[in-house]
Amino acid sequence: MQVKNTPKIELRDVAKSFGSKRVLQGIDLSITKGESLVVIGGSGTGKSVLIKSIMGILKPEKGSILIDGEETRHLRGHARDLHMAKFGMLFQGAALFDSLPVWQNVAFKLLRALHVPPKTAKEKAIETLASVGLGEEVGEIYPAELSGGMQKRVGLARAIIAEPEIIFFDEPTTGLDPIMSDVINDLIVKCVRDRGITALSITHDMASARKISDKIAMLHDGKIIWTGPTSQIDHSGNAHVDQFINGRAEGPIKMQIRRD
Amino acid sequence: MNFLAPIGRTFIRFLSATGRLSWFTCRGLSHCVRPPFYWRQIGRQIIDIGYYSLPVVGLTALFTGMVLALQTYSGFSRFDANSAIPTVVILSITRELGPVLTGLMVAGRIGAAIAAELGTMRVTEQIDALTTLSTNPFKYLIVPRLLAGTLLLPVLVLLADIIGVFGGFLVSVYRLDFNAAHYISESWKYLEFRDVTSGLWKAAAFGFIIVLMGSYNGFNSKGGAQGVGAATTNAVVSASILILISNYLLTGIFFAG
Repeated sequence: MQVKNTPKIELRDVAKSFGSKRVLQGIDLSITKGESLVVIGGSGTGKSVLIKSIMGILKPEKGSILIDGEETRHLRGHARDLHMAKFGMLFQGAALFDSLPVWQNVAFKLLRALHVPPKTAKEKAIETLASVGLGEEVGEIYPAELSGGMQKRVGLARAIIAEPEIIFFDEPTTGLDPIMSDVINDLIVKCVRDRGITALSITHDMASARKISDKIAMLHDGKIIWTGPTSQIDHSGNAHVDQFINGRAEGPIKMQIRRD
Repeated sequence: MNFLAPIGRTFIRFLSATGRLSWFTCRGLSHCVRPPFYWRQIGRQIIDIGYYSLPVVGLTALFTGMVLALQTYSGFSRFDANSAIPTVVILSITRELGPVLTGLMVAGRIGAAIAAELGTMRVTEQIDALTTLSTNPFKYLIVPRLLAGTLLLPVLVLLADIIGVFGGFLVSVYRLDFNAAHYISESWKYLEFRDVTSGLWKAAAFGFIIVLMGSYNGFNSKGGAQGVGAATTNAVVSASILILISNYLLTGIFFAG
């Protein structure tokens, strides 16, 4: 039976390697229901690997990944489908399907996984597009015809249409101008808070991190080296965090040249 | 003993690649017989693989049949064996040239397209997006292509057989002055049912190989544009080589002894 204060997402000692490269080296993380956590960290530190491991797209070698207190690492078949139904994700490049018009991208999960009739799915897609500030006419065009910011909005609409309990944002503002970044941040805050969704985001955009998070964690060398409320990020007392949030070249973090 | 190390590494890499491909094949086959099935996707692939391949397959078969008649005539006339031309044309087309040339042409057209499409989907995270949308990428992307490729190649080869034989007929009657009725009766005279069916079984195997190699290379592509390019090249080259090898093995099974 689920205890009321069970974390929505909990990671215990999660490790993931690619060949000899140890990307995650014992991650411990906990997110409560309705909380928005942002993981910050430099490029190539394993932020995307962390999200993909939680979603089950990648398989960690060890550790526990608990959703609502239930171990998810070994779920298969129908149990995994039920688990995935709780998730929504906004990808870095939006990852929209080129061959489908925008409304079918947004309604994809309703049409293919939940078998909602096309007419109802289209109505819901247009309604969801409106909630991210896009008009009905956008639904009929193809993703290639959209700007980067509009693609992100469509990606957000696709992520929230099936009313997920947990949503992941992978670099939601990367590649956008500052104004469009702020528009996307506002939409994320509105969608997450209005719907009571638990959110895990990864970014290296500090303006975005400050705006969309309740709590921030810093990932460095495959480990979470600092976690705390967003309001305390400027007083973390951690040299790595200070260097990162102030964007200084000098400090304990040395830039990685190769991705490996 | 250091000189043995590269050989060992190459052998291990080969075994590892073979294992990954075998696992991919087993996953693909197991999903082919388990619902859900995405009928709209299957329909789209039938049109892409079957209908849009018709022009290239038809032209290849037509000119192959025409050249075959000309070449056979120029060779056989040296020992007064012109009457064998209809038989040589129809047996060559149905047993070998129809399935193999159709397989190679479709490998170039479809194998490359599948690898490029899936490779692009992989590097732009569209395949990961499918997983997050509660849709199994194998069922949505691979199974429709495997089914369409395996079922449609025999249809394409049957059409290639007909068009190829017709090409031979055109050249024989209108350029080499054969009697049309005699040419047709000679063509049918020595043709056996298994000459055609063996070609169709080969076609099904080639269709499976083409889609499998396109899907495997595209699905597992890495990096950016260069990775997708490499996946496309590997898909066409590996499918073509496997078609030629499996053609020999299948011919041995159908006609040896």
